Amino acid sequence: MSFLVDSVIMFTSQVLFFGFGWLFFMRQLFKDYEIRQYVVQVVFSITFAFSCTMFELIIFEILGAMSSTSRYFHWKLNLYVILLVLIFVVPFYIGYFVVSNIRLLQRQKLLFACMVWFTFMYFFWKLGDPFPILSPKHGILSIEQLISRVGVIGVTLMALLSGFGAVNCPYTYMSYFLRNVTDSDILALERRLLQTMDMIVSKKKRIAMTRRQMYQRGEDQNKQTGFWGMIKSVTSTPPGSENLSLIQQEVDALEELSRQLFLETVDLQSTKERIEYSKTFKGKYFNFLGYFFSIYCVWKIFMVKFWSQHISFILVGIIIVTSIRGLLITLTKFFYAISSSKSSNVIVLVLAQIMGMYFVSSVLLMRMSMPLEYRSIVTEVLGELQFNFYHRWFDVIFLVSALSSILFLYLAHKQAPEKQMSL
Amino acid sequence: MASLDRVKVLVLGDSGVGKSSLVHLLCQNQVLGNPSWTVGCSVDVRVQDYKEGTPEEKTYYIELWDVGGSVGCASSIKSTRAVFYNSVNGIMLVHDLTNKKSSQNLYRWSLEALNKDSSPTGVIVSNGSDYDREQFAENPVPLLLIGTKFDQIPENKRNEVLTRTAFLSEDFNAEEINLDCTNPRYLAAGTSNAVKLSRFFDKVIEKRYFTRDPSQMTGFTDRKRFNFKSLHYD
Repeated sequence: MSFLVDSVIMFTSQVLFFGFGWLFFMRQLFKDYEIRQYVVQVVFSITFAFSCTMFELIIFEILGAMSSTSRYFHWKLNLYVILLVLIFVVPFYIGYFVVSNIRLLQRQKLLFACMVWFTFMYFFWKLGDPFPILSPKHGILSIEQLISRVGVIGVTLMALLSGFGAVNCPYTYMSYFLRNVTDSDILALERRLLQTMDMIVSKKKRIAMTRRQMYQRGEDQNKQTGFWGMIKSVTSTPPGSENLSLIQQEVDALEELSRQLFLETVDLQSTKERIEYSKTFKGKYFNFLGYFFSIYCVWKIFMVKFWSQHISFILVGIIIVTSIRGLLITLTKFFYAISSSKSSNVIVLVLAQIMGMYFVSSVLLMRMSMPLEYRSIVTEVLGELQFNFYHRWFDVIFLVSALSSILFLYLAHKQAPEKQMSL
Repeated sequence: MASLDRVKVLVLGDSGVGKSSLVHLLCQNQVLGNPSWTVGCSVDVRVQDYKEGTPEEKTYYIELWDVGGSVGCASSIKSTRAVFYNSVNGIMLVHDLTNKKSSQNLYRWSLEALNKDSSPTGVIVSNGSDYDREQFAENPVPLLLIGTKFDQIPENKRNEVLTRTAFLSEDFNAEEINLDCTNPRYLAAGTSNAVKLSRFFDKVIEKRYFTRDPSQMTGFTDRKRFNFKSLHYD
C-alpha cells in the first residue's frame, strides 16, 4: 500500500519537473525560434525531469521520507531510464538532426543517424579502457559499465566547470576586482567608434563613385570601334583601379578596427553595469556570497578534511539548487551565443546530454559530501564502482581547471587596463 | 561637410535572417559568397538615382547600416548598439520567412531603434515597450519590410506566409518585399520588387532633403497615447 502512495508521489513530482523543463525550454531557450520539432522539447524535458528526480531521491533518502524498499525501487528505475535516455535516445537524435542539416545525406537520414550512433557507442566504450573502472566480477552489459563511463565524462565536466566557477564567481561579484569605469570613458570610445564608421563610409563612397565612373567609361570605351579604338583600349589603363584596391585595403583595416572598438565598448558598458549592480541591495548580497563561497572554494582547493562531513551536508542542498540554476543560466547564455535557426535543435540536444551527464555525476560525487549513514543507498544502487577513483579524478581536474582559470583571468585583467591607457 | 549630405538607412533584424547578404546584394549587385556573423555594425554604400528617368534625376549615396545582434541580448550590447541609431533617415526591417519568431521580433526591433532618445551614453529611454499602431501610422521615418529565404518556403505554404506578412506590413504602415538574397533576379530591373525598392529610397531621400521638418527628429514623440497591442500576434 505504501509503495503505491510513494509511486504516486514520485510520479507527480516527475510530471512537475517535466512541466518545468517544458516551460523553461519554451520561454527561455527557444524564445527566438519557432519550435518545429516537438520531439526535441520532449527529450529535453524528460532528461531534465529524470535528472531532478534523482536529486529528489537523495533528499528523500536523507530525510527518510518514503519506505526504503520503494526508494530503492525508484532509484533503480530512475537510473535505468536516465541511462537509456543519455546513451540511446539523445545521441541518436543528435546524429539525426546533424544529418538532416547536411543536404547531401538527406535521403538516407535514418541510416546515417544509426551510423553516427554506432560511432558514438564505439568511442563511448573505448573511453573505459584507460581508467580503472572495470571490475572483473561484472559482465559486459551491466549497469556498472554504463554508469562508470557516464560518470567519467560527467565528472570531468563538473570538475572543469566547478574549477572555473570557483575562480570566476568571486572575480565577477567581488567589487575589489571591478575596474573603475566612468561615463566619459564610454563616451570617448563611442565617439571613436562613430568616427571610424564615418571614415569607412566616406571611403566606401569613393569606391562606389570610382566604380560607377569606371562602369560608365567602360560603356563609352565599348562604343569605340575600329582600329584606333582597339589600340587605345590596349594602352590605356583605367586610372581608378589601382587606387581602388588600396582604398579597399584601408576599408578592411578600418572595419576590423570598428569591430574591436565595438567589443571594447560593450565590455566597458557591462563593467559599468556590474558596478551599478554591486551598489544595489541584491548586488551587495551576492557580493557577500561571493566572499563566502570563495573562502569555501579556497578551502576545497587545499582539501581540508576537518569538519567537512557535517558542514558539507548542509551545503549539499545549497549546492544542488545553485548548481542547477547556474547550469541552466550558463546553458542559456551559451545557447544564445552560438545557435542559429538551423543548428538550434542540435545544440539544445547537446545541452540536454551535458545536463544529464552532469546531474548523474553530481550524484556520484555527492556521496563524498554526504555523512556516512546516507552513503549506503548510493553505494548499494550504483554497485561496486570505484568511488575513490572518481573523487580523486574530480579533485585533480578541479585543481587543474581552477589554476588555469586563475592564470587566464589574471592575464585578461592585466591586459585590460593597459588597453584603456593606450586609448 | 560630408555629414550634411548623408542619407542613412538602418537594416535591422534577428541574427541569421540575411541582412548582410541583402546589403551586399543591394550595394554590390552581387551575391555574398561567404556570409559570416556581423560583429557590431557593417556599413555599405548604394548608389541611388533619385527620380530616375526624369529631368530632376540626381545621384545620391545611401548608407546602409547593417546592425548585428538579437533583440534578447545583454543590455550592455543594446546600449552600445544604440550609438548607431542616431539621425536615421529610413529603416529596413528584415525577417526570415521560414521563422515566425523573427517576424514577431521586428516590433521590438523597430521600437528599439525609434524610441531611442539621444542621451549622451546611448542609454535607451523608451516610453513603454508596447507596440502602438498609431505611432507607426504617423511615423516620420519611412519603413520597408523585407522577407528573406522566400525560396525555402514550400509551394503549399506560400499563401499562408504571404497573408501573414501582409498583416505585418499593415501594422508597420510599410511596403513589403519578399525575396531570396542568393538570387539577384528578385530585384532585377522592372520587377515589382525593384519598383518598391526605388520608391522606398526615393521617399527616404525626399523626407531627408525636400521636406521642411523643423526637428530632424527620428523617433516617436512622447505624447500620452492610448496603447493597444497588435491583434496579429500569433
